[in-house]
Amino acid sequence: MTAIEQSLPLKKSRVKRKDIVKLLSPWLFILPILILYLTVVIGPSFAALYYSLTDWSGIGKAEFIGLKNFQDILRDANYLKALLNNLRWLAIFVTVPFALALIAASMLRGVKKGGMLFRTLLFIPYIIPGVVAAAIWRNLVSPRVGIGSILASWGIPGLDFAFLGSTKTALYTIAFIDNWHFWGYLMVLFLAAMQAIPSDLYDAAKVDGANRWQEFRHVTIPGIRPTLVFMLMMVAVWSFLTFDYIWILTQGGPARSSEVLSTYLYKQAFNRFEAGYASAIGLTMSMFAGMVIGIFVFLRRRGWEI
Amino acid sequence: MNRFFTIKRRESLLPNYTVLTLYLLFAMLPLLVLVFNSLKSRAELANNPLGPPRELRFDNFSTAWVQGKFAVTARNSLILVVSTVIGVLSLGGLASYSLARLKPIGADWFMLFMVVGSTLPIWLFMVPLFILWRSLGLLNNLLGLILIYTALNSPIAIFILRSYMVQLPSDFEDAARVDGANSLQVFTNVILPLVWPGFLTVGLVVGLGVWGEFQIALIFITDPDLFPVTTSYWQFTSQFSRDWTLTSAAALMMIAPVLALFLALQRRFIEGLTQGGLRM
Repeated sequence: MTAIEQSLPLKKSRVKRKDIVKLLSPWLFILPILILYLTVVIGPSFAALYYSLTDWSGIGKAEFIGLKNFQDILRDANYLKALLNNLRWLAIFVTVPFALALIAASMLRGVKKGGMLFRTLLFIPYIIPGVVAAAIWRNLVSPRVGIGSILASWGIPGLDFAFLGSTKTALYTIAFIDNWHFWGYLMVLFLAAMQAIPSDLYDAAKVDGANRWQEFRHVTIPGIRPTLVFMLMMVAVWSFLTFDYIWILTQGGPARSSEVLSTYLYKQAFNRFEAGYASAIGLTMSMFAGMVIGIFVFLRRRGWEI
Repeated sequence: MNRFFTIKRRESLLPNYTVLTLYLLFAMLPLLVLVFNSLKSRAELANNPLGPPRELRFDNFSTAWVQGKFAVTARNSLILVVSTVIGVLSLGGLASYSLARLKPIGADWFMLFMVVGSTLPIWLFMVPLFILWRSLGLLNNLLGLILIYTALNSPIAIFILRSYMVQLPSDFEDAARVDGANSLQVFTNVILPLVWPGFLTVGLVVGLGVWGEFQIALIFITDPDLFPVTTSYWQFTSQFSRDWTLTSAAALMMIAPVLALFLALQRRFIEGLTQGGLRM
C-alpha cells in the first residue's frame, strides 16, 4: 500500500513532464516571431502608454506629469487643425476612391475580351512606390512644366497654378495624388467580390427587365457588401494614420495647411524632441482608429447587416 | 425558347469599353510622360514638358545612376528586401506550421493576439521603438530596419501561410512521422514543397512593401550611405527638383524591377495583396 502510494505521484509526475514537453514543443516554432513581435510592437506600445503621461525629451529621465499632455492637446490649435485635416482626408477617401473603384469594377465585370489586361494596367499605379508617384505628380501639377502650363500656352489659363504651394489647395492636391495611386487596389478587391456573385442573380435581374443602374443597385452592391463595408472601415482607420504622400510632397505645409496628426507627431518627436507629447499624440491617433473599429462592431451588434 | 433568348440578350459593351479607356488614360498617361521625359534632354524638356521626345537620349539613366548613388542605395534596398523576405518566410513559416499542424494549446489566443497586434498603428509605438533601437545601437543600421520590417509583416505572413497549411491533408505528414521524421524535418521536407505557392505570394507582397517603404526608413536611417532607394530618391528629387529628366530616369530605374516582377507574377501579387489586405 505504501509502495503504491509512493509510486503513484512519481508515475504521475513523469507522465506530466512528458505531457508538458509535448504541449510546449509546438511553441518553440512560434517563439522566435513572438519574441520579435513583443520587442518591436507590443513592448513599445505599452511604453508609449507610460511616456504619454510624462514630460520627456527622449534622453535622460522622463518626468511623470499625469494627464497634462492630453490637457495640452485639447488646447493645442495646431493639433486640432491637423485633426480637422485628417477628417477632411477621411471624407475624401471614403467617397472618391470608392466611387472610382465601384464604377471601374462593375464595368470590368461585364467585359470578357481584354478584361484581364485592363485590370492589370489599372492596378499598376498601386504597385509604384509612393515617392515615385508623388514625384511624377509634383511635376504634372507644377505651374512651370505641368499640365497647367501646357493648357496656358494653348490659351486656357487658370490651371497654371501652384496647387501644392497654396494653403487652399495643398491638402486636396495631395489627396488627389494619393488617390491616383490607391483606387486601383479597391477596384481589384471589388472586382474579385463581384465575380463571386452567382451569375443567375444577374440573369434573373435581366429577366425582370432591370436596367444597368437597377442591376448595380440591387444585385452588385448587396453582393459585395461585406467587402465594401470592411474596406470602408479600413480606409477610415488609415485616414487617421496617413503620412507618406503628405510628408513627401509638403511636409504639412504651406503654413500647416496640409498638416495631419502623423506629420505633427513626427515634428514633435524628431524635430522638437517632445517624446512625451508625441507619444500622447500617437495614443490619440490609435484611439481614433480604435473608435472607427468600435463603431463598426457596435453597428454589427445592433443587427446591421454589415 | 423565348426565355432562353431574353437571358442571352446581350447589352452593348461599348459603354464599358469607353469608360474603361478613360480610366486607362488616367492611370497610364502620367507613367507615359515619365517614360517620355526620361529620354529627353533638359533643353528639350523646357519647350516640350509632356509630349514624346524628338530624339531619344539614354544618358539620363547613367547620370541619374551615378548622381542618385543607385549603386549604393539599390544594394541597400536589395539587402533589406531579401533579408526581410527570408526572415518573414522562415520565422512566419515556422509559426504558421506549428499553428496549423501541431495545434499547440493557446493557438486561438495567439491568432487573436496577432489580429489585435496588427491593428496597432505604427504611430502608437514609433517613439518608444526609436528610443529602444537607439539604445541598442540599431539606428542607422540595416539590421535594425530588417527586424522592424520582419516584425510588422509577420501577422500578414502568418494569416496567409496558416490558411494554406490548414488545408493540407495530414496523410503525407503521418507517413513522414512513421519514417521517424521530427517536426522540423516534416516542415522542411513535407510541408514546404506542398505550400510553396503561399510562400511565393507572401514573399512577393512583403518584398514589394519593403522596396517602396518610406516612413520607417525615413525615421530609422539618416546616414546617406545606408539610405534605401525610397528615402534616397526623395532627397534626390528635392536636390534636382528642377531637372525633371534626371528624376524621371531615376524613377524608372526604381519601378522597373517591381513592374517586371508584377507583370510576370501578377496573379500571385493580387492574391497576396487582396488576402493580406491590411495596408494602404
